[in-house]
Amino acid sequence: MRYIIYFIIGFCLWLLLTLSVNLDHLIAGVIVVLLGTIIFGGYFTNKPVKFLQLHRLFWFIIYIPFFIWYMFKANIDVAYRVLHPERPIKPGIVKIRTTLKTNIAKVFLANSITLTPGTMTCEIDDDYLYIHWIWVESTEIEEASKIIASPFEKYLRRIFE
Amino acid sequence: MISPIGWIIIWIGVAFDILGTIGLVRFPDVYNRLQASTKCVTLGTFGIMVGIFLLKGFTPMGIKALICGVFLLLTSPVAAHALMKGSLHFGTKLWKGTVVDKYGEDKLGGEQIDKNG
Repeated sequence: MRYIIYFIIGFCLWLLLTLSVNLDHLIAGVIVVLLGTIIFGGYFTNKPVKFLQLHRLFWFIIYIPFFIWYMFKANIDVAYRVLHPERPIKPGIVKIRTTLKTNIAKVFLANSITLTPGTMTCEIDDDYLYIHWIWVESTEIEEASKIIASPFEKYLRRIFE
Repeated sequence: MISPIGWIIIWIGVAFDILGTIGLVRFPDVYNRLQASTKCVTLGTFGIMVGIFLLKGFTPMGIKALICGVFLLLTSPVAAHALMKGSLHFGTKLWKGTVVDKYGEDKLGGEQIDKNG
């Protein structure tokens, strides 16, 4: 079942990329997507039905502008630190705990943390994430989790779990 | 009307790319440099791609630019994460101004902070 869904998504992506319905392009697309499905289909989600649940899509659409806003803030922050004559940085690697359970949600949390102000994921270890922070505000696990992870967790929990 | 907006977004993207590159030169160690380059270059290049999409509209080129932008958003943090973990395990020391290193304490047997450099 999940192989079929993977194939359909891959083929739609191929159609978007080529934007033509030539027979040549379609045959090449089927071959390439089949190859991809055979190799990577096994890593795909176990419950493809999650794609069709509308409340997940709704929260995902809410999440995109929120995320882009945070990304913009991150860039202003880095620009400030780069252009300031005294280079105001106080870096360190802290440890935080996440309450998310599924792997895909953790991956999105790690990616979101990397692209947001001053923080970057080094390693995921079960429930704990190691974060390189350019301006360390707290070294305590609980407080650092609250500052770094909690803005994203409430969205990601609704999307992926 | 859409064309000037596209150009403005492209130029904002170029500006962030330049800032990221300056950060690559100014920051002291691998980890801080990765911070600057990953964030700025991701948003900068994503901005350029969105700008191209706005200029070209729903043509093959515009759609390809948009899809490239989305792939960039998904893959660039993963690449930065791999580089960072690689340099931690290789033993690259952190800058002397670093205040805490929980990763070194937990996994590498002691803080990996460079006292001299």
